[in-house]
Amino acid sequence: MIRVLRAFGEFWYDFIVGDDWRVAVAVVVALAITCGVSTTSIPAWWVLPATVVIVLPLSLWREARVRRLRFRSGADGPSTGR
Amino acid sequence: MMSSGALFIAVFLACMVEAVEALTIVLAAGTSRDWRSAISGVIAGVIVLALIVAALGPAVTAIPLGGLRLVVGGLLLIFGLQWLRKAILRAGGLKALHDEEAIFASELAAAQAAPAGRRGIVADWYSFTLSFKGVVLEGLEVAFIALTFGANQRNIPLASVAALAAVVVVAVAGVAVRAPLARVPENTMKFVVGVMLTSFGIFWGAEGAGAVWPGSDAALLAVVPAVAVFALVLVVLLRRATATSATAVPTVGGVTS
Repeated sequence: MIRVLRAFGEFWYDFIVGDDWRVAVAVVVALAITCGVSTTSIPAWWVLPATVVIVLPLSLWREARVRRLRFRSGADGPSTGR
Repeated sequence: MMSSGALFIAVFLACMVEAVEALTIVLAAGTSRDWRSAISGVIAGVIVLALIVAALGPAVTAIPLGGLRLVVGGLLLIFGLQWLRKAILRAGGLKALHDEEAIFASELAAAQAAPAGRRGIVADWYSFTLSFKGVVLEGLEVAFIALTFGANQRNIPLASVAALAAVVVVAVAGVAVRAPLARVPENTMKFVVGVMLTSFGIFWGAEGAGAVWPGSDAALLAVVPAVAVFALVLVVLLRRATATSATAVPTVGGVTS
């Protein structure tokens, strides 16, 4: 039963969150900041676009670095998988 | 209306990409083993997906729009960034391009090597489960996109029509060609879908969190192209970085889904 629940949880984690959990955390934090800023007189629409501008390049840079390191160490061949 | 058109395009493209992937799996199961079992798997998979949409559709639309946009916008943004990240990595040369012919060959080899076995009324259990899993797993992403887009626009019927239209187009093409649809520009379509999901996730997520967009719905006319241009700039930068790196990862011949 625990194995089934774990598999179920892992499936949904992989489905929604995917390869980089930091992106999901950043989006949740950005939504919370937007909620907070929207209660003030300051416009809040820019928070999510700004988050994407910061988070997406960081996530790509990290992935690129990991892939190059793996390739250099000979642990990985051509990119495969989802 | 721009939003309805965007809803149709996003769901249609996402569904088409996933339907092409499911078709490859079903073709491998059918050609190498047993067509009747493979088609039974497809029918069972479609029924499961229809039940999920029928159960979740009314439940999702019953949520007040503000709360719905916050939750669904957030989920859509996380999900969209996943798609966009993979699409940029592919276009930037750091992840293998999706290749239906290579996937078909690999699925075919696995299907031919698997032992035969009957279970109940299903003549070949392997073909049935392969097709069923292919349809459900690929279809789940489409169901998620159709439900979130449809619910936010309060237009699940339009999202369903877009999804069905894509399935029909792919099914007709698959029957006509009787081979994996390798000429469909899947990688480009995935890039476009990633841009759309991310853009709508930004827009709805911010609205749901209480932000007011300058120009209201018209802000989407700026958000979608801005996300597309930003993603293209990242592709160019990634390609340059890959080209200048003496140990660039080769991506030819790999298989991704």
